[in-house]
Amino acid sequence: MQFTADEITAIWLSLKVATIATLASLPLAIACAYVLARKEFWGKSIVNGLVHLPLVLPPVVTGYLLLVTFGRRGPVGSALESCCGIVFSFRWTGAALACAVMAFPLVVRAIRLAIEAIDPRLEAAAATLGARPSMVFFTVTLPLALPGILAGAIIGFAKALGEFGATITFVSNIPGETQTIATSIYSYTQAPGGDDNALRLTLVSVAIAMLALIASELLARRIMRKGADL
Amino acid sequence: MSLLIDVQNSTGAFNLEVKLACSGPVTAIFGPSGSGKTSLLNIVAGLARPASGRIEVDGRVWFDAQKRIHLAPHERAIGYVFQEGRLFPHLNVRHNLTYGAFFAKDRAPSADFDEIVDLLGIDRLLERPIRHLSGGEQQRVAIGRALLARPRLILMDEPLASLDHARRSEILPYLDRMRMRFAIPTLYVSHSMEEVERLADEVATISEGRIVQMRRLTPQS
Repeated sequence: MQFTADEITAIWLSLKVATIATLASLPLAIACAYVLARKEFWGKSIVNGLVHLPLVLPPVVTGYLLLVTFGRRGPVGSALESCCGIVFSFRWTGAALACAVMAFPLVVRAIRLAIEAIDPRLEAAAATLGARPSMVFFTVTLPLALPGILAGAIIGFAKALGEFGATITFVSNIPGETQTIATSIYSYTQAPGGDDNALRLTLVSVAIAMLALIASELLARRIMRKGADL
Repeated sequence: MSLLIDVQNSTGAFNLEVKLACSGPVTAIFGPSGSGKTSLLNIVAGLARPASGRIEVDGRVWFDAQKRIHLAPHERAIGYVFQEGRLFPHLNVRHNLTYGAFFAKDRAPSADFDEIVDLLGIDRLLERPIRHLSGGEQQRVAIGRALLARPRLILMDEPLASLDHARRSEILPYLDRMRMRFAIPTLYVSHSMEEVERLADEVATISEGRIVQMRRLTPQS
């Protein structure tokens, strides 16, 4: 199987975008999941709704909203560019942002379920042993939620790899900058004679997805075993 | 020890109104289930906040509704032994035992690790995961974990209630030894008079949220 230079670039870019999107959004996802699982506050259903919005909105709408707010003339986009020199629109960073936003509800959901399954009486026990709330979180809640966090990260990574609608709306489909596996398959299917190329990339897509799933399975098993050995 | 408790709280139809001055070292709170024993212990631990009143331990105010003082559980320097153990499932026995000491570096230890491990007979269990322990072993580790947190006050909530008779008689001698060796002020909640008479220096009988009797079992030292 021979790949063209553009295809190899698209594969690497997909992996880079999905990895960065997953890792960068994970701390925020854990924080959101913890607050939604453990805290009661005014406006909780609004926060919950906002987190889940990308799941129910058409991806093209999410992409357009990102363009309007994080584009170079958008309120957040222009502020970020002038203060820190970060540009999202039509860059690979924008593709990562779009993927992170689209995957966010799934990641939060997986982690929230894991945190809700932890017995709060264990956290109370840690507090009586002298642990401040932040230490309770890092020494009890977080380690016990680890399998769920891992599952959430894998789901997020898979979702980010497959993201299409929001990405193409927000950052377009520029080879070498924002063209991922998904958008490049789309390009091939739009041109005559592109079927072979599309099929090759499809196989790559399947292979990456399978590897991610197997890796998560192995990691989960290792965590379970480690938990048993400790 | 001086432990002054004067708290009022109501949850639903249940009213807790406890006035208690303990001189210890081991004070038993004795009463049937539903009489408010665990609620009282959770209030002393800071896990629950009463509506009004005051708690003072050796001159330190832990709770004062009028002055709006309410120390969080981690600021109270307690060792709480729960009815169900509540050991951390992701840590082995050794790390469960040392968990509290890590946060108590500013207080002098009442005994060193080896001594407590030896006293509770858990030296061969140290590297084991929690789920490989029997109920009695788990409860011994839970007692060790509370002792090693360098507590000013130990709270025990029916530590033997979840065990069968044989396990119970397995643990009682350890509690005896612990009382003799360390004399750490203890609130011991139980509904068994047999346990209370064996382990406590004084008994406060609680019924429907009120202390109805206070009785000394051993001469005050």
